[in-house]
Amino acid sequence: MKSIIEYISGIYRGLRSLLIGMSVTGKYFFSPRAIVTQQYPENRHGHGKRSKKQLVMFDRFKGEVVMPHDANNQHKCTGCGICEINCPNGTIEIISVSKVGEDGKKKRAIEKHIYRLGMCSFCALCVKTCPSKALEFSQEFEHAVFDRTKLVKVLNKPGSSLMKGVE
Amino acid sequence: MSFSFDIYDFTSFTKWIDVSLTSYCTPFWAMIWEMLIIGVAILIFYAVVGLFLVYAERKVCAFIQNRVGPNRVGPYGFIQTVADLVKLLFKELVTIKKADKFLFNLAPFIVIIVNFMVIAAIPFAKGLHAVNFNIGIFYMMAVSSMGVIGILLAGWSSNNKFSLIGAMRSGAQIVSYELSVGLSMITMVILAGTMQLTNTYDPVTNQVLVHGIVDLQKDGWFIFTGHLPAIIAFVIFLIAGTAETNRGPFDFAEAESELTAGFHTEYSGIKFALFYLSEFMNMFIVASIAATIFWGGWMPFHLGHIFGDWVSGFNNVMDYIPPFVWYIGKTFVIIWIIMLFKWTFPRLRIDQLLTLEWKYLLPINLINIILMALVVLMGWHF
Ligand code: SF4
Ligand code: SF4
Repeated sequence: MKSIIEYISGIYRGLRSLLIGMSVTGKYFFSPRAIVTQQYPENRHGHGKRSKKQLVMFDRFKGEVVMPHDANNQHKCTGCGICEINCPNGTIEIISVSKVGEDGKKKRAIEKHIYRLGMCSFCALCVKTCPSKALEFSQEFEHAVFDRTKLVKVLNKPGSSLMKGVE
Repeated sequence: MSFSFDIYDFTSFTKWIDVSLTSYCTPFWAMIWEMLIIGVAILIFYAVVGLFLVYAERKVCAFIQNRVGPNRVGPYGFIQTVADLVKLLFKELVTIKKADKFLFNLAPFIVIIVNFMVIAAIPFAKGLHAVNFNIGIFYMMAVSSMGVIGILLAGWSSNNKFSLIGAMRSGAQIVSYELSVGLSMITMVILAGTMQLTNTYDPVTNQVLVHGIVDLQKDGWFIFTGHLPAIIAFVIFLIAGTAETNRGPFDFAEAESELTAGFHTEYSGIKFALFYLSEFMNMFIVASIAATIFWGGWMPFHLGHIFGDWVSGFNNVMDYIPPFVWYIGKTFVIIWIIMLFKWTFPRLRIDQLLTLEWKYLLPINLINIILMALVVLMGWHF
């Protein structure tokens, strides 16, 4: 008798769990808003013919390493070279010069922060270890170019200088 | 006889074809021509429905998984599968050394021919019916289980372990689940009291000679008039039918994860496409059988007269929808349910598959038949 009850309740439980599963998938089937696919070339500029959505990017996305500059064309890179040491691929090359500061002391300053996008593995070690938080990731992902030399970038803008208060 | 075409009743149209053909040639040649016309019509129907089902499957799967699915070729990706088929046509047909060439080439055709033989017996709309056997249901059951011969041959002749294992599994599966499919159909035959699918009329007096299953559902589909046992039979039929078509969650013959592709591992190009298409057509056939014997086939949704006199107005409104639309609509709803099965449930293990059949479906089915017999004997149905 006990086994018969178990048999029947087993059928009931099984059917119930199957129906719950089907209701979940059925709900997704009928809710087109839940679709997460981004239709890439159309949504590229947010006004493609077929795109219903703007291109959505996420903060965690690592597009390429950039050095943010403020309105006065100033950045935070002191030219310490820590990023160059930490980069596993030798992607970064720091060319620094000694400058005489306002107080008459000699000070190291960056001339070129060279970043070779083609060699970068987007590990973020440079961004994380920079003591003055001079680097960050942009969300640009369309990197294709016809000439390899275009992938070698100088991150500090021409004529830029070190932000005040950053040592 | 003048040309007449009525979307609600194809009888006069088919009769017009018959009469005009016999006026041009002898009855023998008229029959040959009619068979040819039906053959070509079914062939076109087969290709169109098959391609559409592949598309539908990909879309349904995509929506369930929060994706968009094919959307590049044509509006909403509608002709994606046509493009796929063209690609398959251009692919090389690899010949396997040491394979049994004759059987290897024969296998896909057996599968396809079996599909055609079943489709011939399906009533698509009033008067749109290739053959109307008095043992229609029995014929469908008998013929549809022959498809496994094609699968077994494919597995055997490929000279490949994976193919052979896939084919043997498919054999075990069909032997088990054919039983449940047959028994649940028999349950409905008990309720209907006939195996014929549509009415035959006396050619002179237009009297009904034999009642058909579809026409018997005029006052309510069997799933309603047969209530509890019919619903149980319907559920069992859906499960066993899904298993019989080798679809997920019962895809043991293919078993991508274990046997690469099971019985059609060695097939390429258009021969693979035939297997692929026939798999979808099997699903279509199972769905249309279910629609025919449980949901009334092309019969519009009618309420019985036990609800009062107002139902005749309602029934008239339902009659405005052409029978073919009813048939296609019902079939696709069932196909959708079967697709939902595949994309919801995890695959079973082979022992679970056999447990499900022999310990659950079969005993429930047998009890259900007795229940149905009791219901019919006592007149407890509507
Ligand atoms: S980017 Fe950061 S770590 Fe690299 S040189 Fe400049 S200050 Fe140093
Ligand atoms: S992300 Fe990694 S690989 Fe790229 S520049 Fe920074 S440290 Fe080098």
